[in-house]
Amino acid sequence: MESVPSNLESTTGEVTHPEWSPLSIHDMTVAYHRQPVLWDIDYDAPPGKLIAIVGPNGAGKSTLIKAALNLVPTISGSVAVFGGQYRTQRGRVGYVPQRSSVDWDFPVNALEAVTMGLYRKIGWFRPVRKHHRQLAMKALVRVGMQDFAMRQISHLSGGQQQRVFLARALAQEADLYLMDEPFAGVDAATERAIVDVLKDLQQAGKTALVVHHDLQTVAEYFDEVILLNLRLVASGPVKEVFTTENLRATYGGKLALLDQVGHRMTMRGER
Amino acid sequence: MFLFLIVFAIPASTFAAESNDIVRVLTLQDYNTRVVLLGTLLLGVTSGIVGTFMLLRRQALIGDVVSHSALPGVAIAFLIGEAVSPGSGRSLHWLLTGAAATGLLSVVCVGIIRRYSVVKPDAAMATVLGVFFGFGAVLFKTVQELPTGNQAGLQQFILGSASTMIASDVAIIAKATAVVLVLSLLLFKELSILSFDEDFAAVQGWPVGMLDLGLTGLVVGITVIGLESVGILMVALLITPPTAARFWTDNFARMTLVAAAIGGASATVGCLLSAIVPKLAGGPTIVLSGTAFFALSMLFGTRRGIVQGWLRHAANRRRIGRDDLLRAMYEIIEARLVSANDQSVTENGLNISSSLSGSEATEEESALFAEQAVQISELFNHRSWSVRRVRQVIAAAEREGTVRIDSETGWRLTRSGAKIARRAVRNHRLWEMYLISHAEIAPSHVDRDADDIEHVLGAEVIEQLEQLLASRVPAAIVPPSPHPL
Repeated sequence: MESVPSNLESTTGEVTHPEWSPLSIHDMTVAYHRQPVLWDIDYDAPPGKLIAIVGPNGAGKSTLIKAALNLVPTISGSVAVFGGQYRTQRGRVGYVPQRSSVDWDFPVNALEAVTMGLYRKIGWFRPVRKHHRQLAMKALVRVGMQDFAMRQISHLSGGQQQRVFLARALAQEADLYLMDEPFAGVDAATERAIVDVLKDLQQAGKTALVVHHDLQTVAEYFDEVILLNLRLVASGPVKEVFTTENLRATYGGKLALLDQVGHRMTMRGER
Repeated sequence: MFLFLIVFAIPASTFAAESNDIVRVLTLQDYNTRVVLLGTLLLGVTSGIVGTFMLLRRQALIGDVVSHSALPGVAIAFLIGEAVSPGSGRSLHWLLTGAAATGLLSVVCVGIIRRYSVVKPDAAMATVLGVFFGFGAVLFKTVQELPTGNQAGLQQFILGSASTMIASDVAIIAKATAVVLVLSLLLFKELSILSFDEDFAAVQGWPVGMLDLGLTGLVVGITVIGLESVGILMVALLITPPTAARFWTDNFARMTLVAAAIGGASATVGCLLSAIVPKLAGGPTIVLSGTAFFALSMLFGTRRGIVQGWLRHAANRRRIGRDDLLRAMYEIIEARLVSANDQSVTENGLNISSSLSGSEATEEESALFAEQAVQISELFNHRSWSVRRVRQVIAAAEREGTVRIDSETGWRLTRSGAKIARRAVRNHRLWEMYLISHAEIAPSHVDRDADDIEHVLGAEVIEQLEQLLASRVPAAIVPPSPHPL
């Protein structure tokens, strides 16, 4: 892989914002069975932004999120959440896993699945109460799923299942959201609903890191982008970083489509 | 105790005259029957509950690994006990401790293999099971060759012998049941999030490893306690009840209750059967009873049972046939009315009387359609139906009161039938228009495509279609067919 000029990495380790960075990753390396998946990642997420994580298949996008959440072991590196240790900041972090990561045949309905987002708040041994269900219902309303609250989750469409996952994270009332491919294989209505939720979150001053596979919509949906391919190729505001050269460096110039997208982005940036 | 064994040893020749005994067993007059029944009942209920968590955690096979891997533990405990002080090897507590130790060790081994190698989980479990069980078999042979080994009665740990259960065994089982009930009640929420989405639970900060270990502990505990009475097949008592319960409910809590009930029922039936029929081993009989409950659930379960699936399919087929018949009759009559009275057709569709708007048919319109008779031959021209299918469909529609006989070969819509027909036609055409205008399907192909899907359109979708096509279907009337009929 060709080297990327360092000036492309707009985020430095410095604290450039008055608040703590919602997610600060330092020197992180991850390997599965001795095969490195992420190399020496340094990244500080700016607060209050919608951030896309973009890269080819196997680039380690999901792994980045999982490693940040301590779901996969890291070989080296550290993660800080809002300036503190992740362990102490869990309550402020919401996670939307990949839809395919669970068995949807599980015997719960949509409302019960969303209520799980509140379990930690409810605490050990305590039962779910009516006001918890009301909170979960509110989260379902936010993703436009209130009519499906009582439906068994296996009877929901893929997009509806994705919205249940999103609602479950929303119910948590976190400040930082990490989402793993929420747009993968969803219908137009769901895509719209997710985008609306993201904008809402941003307006409420929250931060979201979203693994995203559709390069066409990166500029439309997100403020910032992380280009990832085992290493951090570049990160920063979409306008500055989402360029043809960077995409080429990320994807290895494999896709002709990339040239077009990159070109369009450059044009947009110039305008 | 001995008496009870002797009853079991009575040869089959005495079986014929045993109807008195059957009554005795079923009315629980024997102390021993009561003890054994209570013990196995508690065991069944408990394993139903633990099994539900295990099954939903997709760890069904772990029970299998544990029960097989408990065997070497039994043999090792016996050998150590005999070596330390002869005779003490037979203590049940001691043997079960050994069983629990190797059972747990096997789970740990599976965990290590999964974590540090690329071996798939099922292969890891199969390997560990094989190694431990093989080791157990070797040790059992060794035990049998010892002078005291033959009377040790270790065989019962393979097939189980529920009938030899005594009050102190039941006390152990009762304690275990109490622990399991309390834990699963307290940790219901925690175990359900662990089972549904482990990663999400971990991100929330639940100690996933500890919870998992706790659940495994419950599985090992129940397996080991059941080993003496049900044997290695204990795994079936863990898995079968929850699997059967899934056919009856879509709710986790209810599934747990149903699984507990099925587990208890299997144990009761199996236990009583083995008490009535001489020489029928208790453990396997209990397991087979569980299998019978599973088969019944698979067939008749109210959520996903096979019979219920058939019924739903048949009902669907009937409804589709009915809709198709009424739609065909409506369109035939509509064509007649249109050709008889050309100026009644506006650009927007059939408009026979001025009051013809709104998505529901008026009485006038229904009456108009109910006047006309449709010949069966016309139906054949309209749709490619077999004679048999037409007869079936008409007979069903007549029973339902949507069509009535007119002459030997002709049928009429009833007024209510006309209303349903109008709705069916309208939905069909809305869908066709949608396919042509929004999905860019050629009009010549649209009828068949619309046929496949229109029966599943809900009120919500129809409303959306109306909104989408609002400009083309102004008042909610029946639009003209977008293609020649």
